[in-house]
Amino acid sequence: MTDLAATLRYWLRQSVAHLDFPLLAIAAAILGVGLLTVNSATFDGNNRALSQLMNAGVAFAIMWFVARMPPQSLMRVAVPLYVLGVVLLVCVFLFGVKVNGAKRWLPLGFTRIQPSEIMKIAMPLMLAWYFQKFEALLNWRHYLVAALLLLVPFGLIAKQPDLGTAILVGAAGFYVIFFAGLPWKVMFGLAVAGASAAPLLWNMMHDYQRKRILTLLDPTTDPLGAGYHIIQATIAIGSGGAFGKGYLHGTQTHLEFIPEKHTDFIFAVFSEEWGLIGNLVLLVLYLLLIARGLMIAGAAPTLFTRLLAGAISLIFFTYAFVNMGMVSGILPVVGVPLPFVSYGGTALVTLFLGIGILMSIHTHRMLVKK
Amino acid sequence: MSEFDNPDSGLERFRSRIAVSLAAVLIAFLALAGRFIWLQIVQHDYYTTRAEDNRISLVPIVPNRGVIVDANGLVLARNYSAFTLEVTPSRVDDLEATINGLAEIIDVQVKDRKRFKRLLEDAKNFESIPIRNRLTDEEVARFAAHRYRFPGVEVKARLFRQYPQGALASHALGYIGRVADKDVEWIDEKEQAANYKGTEHIGKTGIEQRYEFELHGKTGYEEVEIDAGGRAIRSLRRIPPISGNNLALTLDAKLQGMAEKAFGERRGALVAIDPSTGGILALVSTPTYDPNLFVDGITPDNWKELNESIDKPMVNRVINGAYPPGSTFKPFMALAALAAGKRTPAQAISDPGFFNFGGHLFRDDKKGGHGMVDMYRSIVQSCDTYYYQLANDMGIDAIARFMGSVGLGQRTGVDLGKDEKGESEGVLPSPEWKKRRFKKPEQQKWYAGETISIGIGQGYNAYTPIQLAQAVATLANNGVMYRPHLVHHIVDSKTGEQRLIEPQPIRTLNWKPEHVEVIKRAMLGVNKEGTGARAFAGAPYEAAGKTGTAQVFSLKGGKYESGRLNERLRDHALFIAFAPVDKPKIALAVLVENGGFGAQSAAPIARMVFDYYLLGKVPGGPAAEDPTAREEDEADEE
Repeated sequence: MTDLAATLRYWLRQSVAHLDFPLLAIAAAILGVGLLTVNSATFDGNNRALSQLMNAGVAFAIMWFVARMPPQSLMRVAVPLYVLGVVLLVCVFLFGVKVNGAKRWLPLGFTRIQPSEIMKIAMPLMLAWYFQKFEALLNWRHYLVAALLLLVPFGLIAKQPDLGTAILVGAAGFYVIFFAGLPWKVMFGLAVAGASAAPLLWNMMHDYQRKRILTLLDPTTDPLGAGYHIIQATIAIGSGGAFGKGYLHGTQTHLEFIPEKHTDFIFAVFSEEWGLIGNLVLLVLYLLLIARGLMIAGAAPTLFTRLLAGAISLIFFTYAFVNMGMVSGILPVVGVPLPFVSYGGTALVTLFLGIGILMSIHTHRMLVKK
Repeated sequence: MSEFDNPDSGLERFRSRIAVSLAAVLIAFLALAGRFIWLQIVQHDYYTTRAEDNRISLVPIVPNRGVIVDANGLVLARNYSAFTLEVTPSRVDDLEATINGLAEIIDVQVKDRKRFKRLLEDAKNFESIPIRNRLTDEEVARFAAHRYRFPGVEVKARLFRQYPQGALASHALGYIGRVADKDVEWIDEKEQAANYKGTEHIGKTGIEQRYEFELHGKTGYEEVEIDAGGRAIRSLRRIPPISGNNLALTLDAKLQGMAEKAFGERRGALVAIDPSTGGILALVSTPTYDPNLFVDGITPDNWKELNESIDKPMVNRVINGAYPPGSTFKPFMALAALAAGKRTPAQAISDPGFFNFGGHLFRDDKKGGHGMVDMYRSIVQSCDTYYYQLANDMGIDAIARFMGSVGLGQRTGVDLGKDEKGESEGVLPSPEWKKRRFKKPEQQKWYAGETISIGIGQGYNAYTPIQLAQAVATLANNGVMYRPHLVHHIVDSKTGEQRLIEPQPIRTLNWKPEHVEVIKRAMLGVNKEGTGARAFAGAPYEAAGKTGTAQVFSLKGGKYESGRLNERLRDHALFIAFAPVDKPKIALAVLVENGGFGAQSAAPIARMVFDYYLLGKVPGGPAAEDPTAREEDEADEE
């Protein structure tokens, strides 16, 4: 009897041993907000809340599994995962199927996959691995190689075109290089160069991307077309006011004015129903999540884990900032979901994979030091 | 490792960059917060106005449902436009007070309130719900004068389904009702969700359900600007709907009405088929119901009455009632024997009044027997002993194979209901069927004794009236079998083009013409000198028929006295027939539940239907029962 109890207690302790509770609590809170909002956004039609809860279950399991893996194992998969990702991206470029004018999917016969999703994790893993490998003798050449490792997948994804994912993958890689100590001078120089290359970039853009930037500057130029998303979303946010219209009472949401309201534009739904108070609470939750991630990075024992944890934390930030920025009309519309809130299994799995890696880094820090 | 060479510099730089990024995150979030404050506090009023004043909404325009007419163009189902008074609950503060206020100027009855409450329960946000249907012009005018008092209440024009002939052919037509959850699944399955936006009604049974996606039409849209009160300010764009297609039936409404009347108060079923096409001329299941009751959502009281009635008016007996065919089975048994070479027409038996099977006596209904009986006499006089022997000689497998080939025990595929699965299969007894039907091994075994009563259409035999009608039509048509169907052609609402529903031959049975002729002559004899003679006395055309009685209650050794039996335990009366014998134009199966002998109550109904269809004779009232008809069969086993 006591044996059984002891075994159970041991098992219980073992199963939660590697979880980081502050991180888990914050992510769960944001996920809770997400489930409520998905429920509201899909209330009148095909309700997706339950389906999202099931996605979350899968994502949790993956997080739990990854958290138990020591960072050394993560290092081992870094290169193969990156190579696989690039190969698949090349395949997409060559044999991908077009959906809505963009070639993002690779048909596998029974299903199809979006390889750019793999790069969201593979990119920071690869670069962190690379810097760890040459840690002792870092010089400017290594930064150049890292930049190349970053630009190849970035270019392939941007070419699909999937600007949202390209930004996330590019940012993930850039954060690693940044944390690895890219000199401020270089970054400043790059910023200047980038600004001066803007006209060139403009010429390279797809029509729909240009349209999105133009409509951002003045949404009223195209009220029924590209500007429609932004106009309806800002109306939703603005009419929400300080305290919101109340859960399930957003008129913009329930009168079907918000497009993609359970995916990329879910923030408009949340904002309309919970108002400024809700928005600030959500911002604080994201801030706590990022801060906890950066704390873990600061306490991480090796260069690999440090860079990885730092990059993942800032990726969460990028997701949240780009999404809320675009929905509230200060950034162009790119396909970036609101992390832990938007409906979608793949994104949720990727995000919880990130949480799992952070937990793994944190829980294994002592073992490595010893 | 650099940390050993210079343990702190790398780490310190990393930590400073962590701090820098945290600061950057803070600044970015503050910028977002600033944007939120700008939108939600500073510009809140502006956006509130925008949200409430300037809504562009896509309003679906529901198409007119297709009209259903009979073979002669008489309208059986149509639509009419009427004004309704509708309330949008989300825009009304106090529903109770609003409805009470409305009741002061417009007649709102308790049943209207009840229906409103029911609709409110499963209505979506922002949907308007009718509180009163069919407003009179005066009521519309009175409401218009008081309209300012009732925000969120408006008069709308809606289309209503109407069945102008009332209960006529209700089991064929079916009805429409409000879209329920399982209908939504059906719509999704057919990938019609977009086309059903705004549609509130859908076919629930019968033709209305089977041809739902023909009848519905294509939904149109109007892009309208809506103000804070939800009223349309102006229309921006309109894509008109396309009406549903019209259906023209093979069914003859006059024949149908006459046949329904012939049943009087009796329960039963009748299917009349044109043997050369499979087109259904009349489809009766009594008692019937008024499909108009369902259009607006049936009241619980009405539903209770229909659903709980012991007479089961909601059951379509034609496709869902399975009955033993009784002696109507005999002509098919005889044909099977000829085809299998087990009997010749002239081969006669001596009937002692029973058949002895290993000590078991299977009795003929006629004490002392029918004497010498050949095939002709076996049908005309409905001699049981002949068929007990025949069944025993043929064996169950041969019987089942033949009866299966004429469609007995299989769904006919008639165009009623959502799909074929709504139709009952009936029971075609065979050793295989028994194995499927029963679980215990001792029950699964087929006993040779069980074959005997199968021969006279009793035992496990159970077929739907439409299967019997299809079988007799196939016989009338010399073995060419058509799928029974109700829709003759579909009229495309846009082009006016007529799409004929081609008669679908199911199979052609390889019967020898001389064999078929023997059976047809014998069935003619039934109506000339046999069990149907009284019902068909004086008919100026030649009709072939066969009476039958399906046992409801087994009397062990007792004498059948219908008058003394509980009415519900009386036997079912059956009659199958076709006419004229040489060039059949109509074939039918009639069943009268608890009607006693087939000759007594079913044959007179067939006579009336034939008289009308072939001679245009319109009878006065229900078919009279023939109380003296007595010569029917009765399976007795000791």
